Amino acid sequence: MAAKPMLHYFNGRGRMEPIRWLLAAAGVEFEETFIDTPEDFEKLKNDGSLMFQQVPMVEIDGMKLVQSRAILNYIAAKHNLYGKDTKERALIDMYIEGVADLNEMILLLPVSPPAEKDAKITLIKDRTTNRYLPAFEKVLKSHGEDYLVGNRLSRADIHLVELLYLVEELDPSLLTNFPLLKALKARISNLPTVKKFLQPGGARKPPVDEKSVEKSRKIFKF
Amino acid sequence: MAAKPKLCYFRGRGRMESIRWLLAAAGVEFEEEFIETREQYEKLQKDGRLLFGQVPLVEMDGMVLTQTKAILSYLAAKYDLYGKDLKERVRVDMYADGTLDLMMMIALAAFKTPGEKEENLALVVKKAKTCYFPAFEKILKDHGEDFLVGNKFSWADVQLLEAILMVEELDASVLSDFPLLKAFKTRISSIPTIKKFLQPGSQRKLPPDSHYVKTVRKVLQL
Repeated sequence: MAAKPMLHYFNGRGRMEPIRWLLAAAGVEFEETFIDTPEDFEKLKNDGSLMFQQVPMVEIDGMKLVQSRAILNYIAAKHNLYGKDTKERALIDMYIEGVADLNEMILLLPVSPPAEKDAKITLIKDRTTNRYLPAFEKVLKSHGEDYLVGNRLSRADIHLVELLYLVEELDPSLLTNFPLLKALKARISNLPTVKKFLQPGGARKPPVDEKSVEKSRKIFKF
Repeated sequence: MAAKPKLCYFRGRGRMESIRWLLAAAGVEFEEEFIETREQYEKLQKDGRLLFGQVPLVEMDGMVLTQTKAILSYLAAKYDLYGKDLKERVRVDMYADGTLDLMMMIALAAFKTPGEKEENLALVVKKAKTCYFPAFEKILKDHGEDFLVGNKFSWADVQLLEAILMVEELDASVLSDFPLLKAFKTRISSIPTIKKFLQPGSQRKLPPDSHYVKTVRKVLQL
């Protein structure tokens, strides 16, 4: 039987979280090795395990994969969550890149200079309600189907719902005017694999806090 | 006969250049519409062709595609430059993502203040020499083949060449410690479609200058 994928990252969401979500949604059990100290990180680098000296790194199917996008693409294709042909795939890719852009802004918020934080939050809220959420609400409205692409569950639904949870954590009122997105969120959250992931004790990581930011700074030296 | 892909972007490299390279490498002729004014941009947004209100935009095969990586992945798959199976594909993705990260640092540096710009570009050269180029030199050394993945020309090779040339523009000696990359550069540059693209008069764009930066700032209201 194949070994479970092994995730190498610090014990927090960061750039590994979408990978955790996707594996979980696909029903794939995985293990995690947490980078807790600068020495842990140095060891990984010196091992030659990290192609560009960065994490996330995922050991899967005999490979040591880096670059979160590459990792996600592999998992999605392997588990049939990437559409039925190249055109559906292009659509999925377009949607998830938009999700990734907004996710990146939210991801970097805890490490932005304190003086810039308020302005950044305002920008995130503006982009959320004026650029990203309207685009996805419109997609769902245009075809009236339960999933974003091809009337079938794909990674696009998983990544978008992950983002909706983040948006809700930032400010629940941001989702007010997006009924179809709220319905998608509920629907995807009810899928057995996703439900399990979201339960207490599931592999989902909690929101970032000051302490874990400080810890990351020490380990990754930024 | 299929219509030529139509690219819509500023008259410069930015986030569209890798797309131009890939189309050219695949021997695909394409047309370009250049954004020069704010009015043009607002019209594009009102037209509803920009899913998230942003360019690059590529119209091809009946699709209106935005998001650079979505476009690049679609092209790579369509023109058989994405490896032969999932395991080769993930390697192409890993390598392409790495080089894209490096090239984006250069693209964004153009928009910083003069002092910051120099600092950022120096950092890019350092990262190229200490992290990215050693990684690719090692890949070529380990398998001894002419191309990065699967002994066959792929998107990864196109982007690595693009990145090498871009970094050489900052520091002509950057390949001095990388004999295999030097040979790689010569070899890939000699491929007929690439050779043609590297000649004066092709659709390859120049490094960002102050006019380009000014236009982009004006159009995007940065």
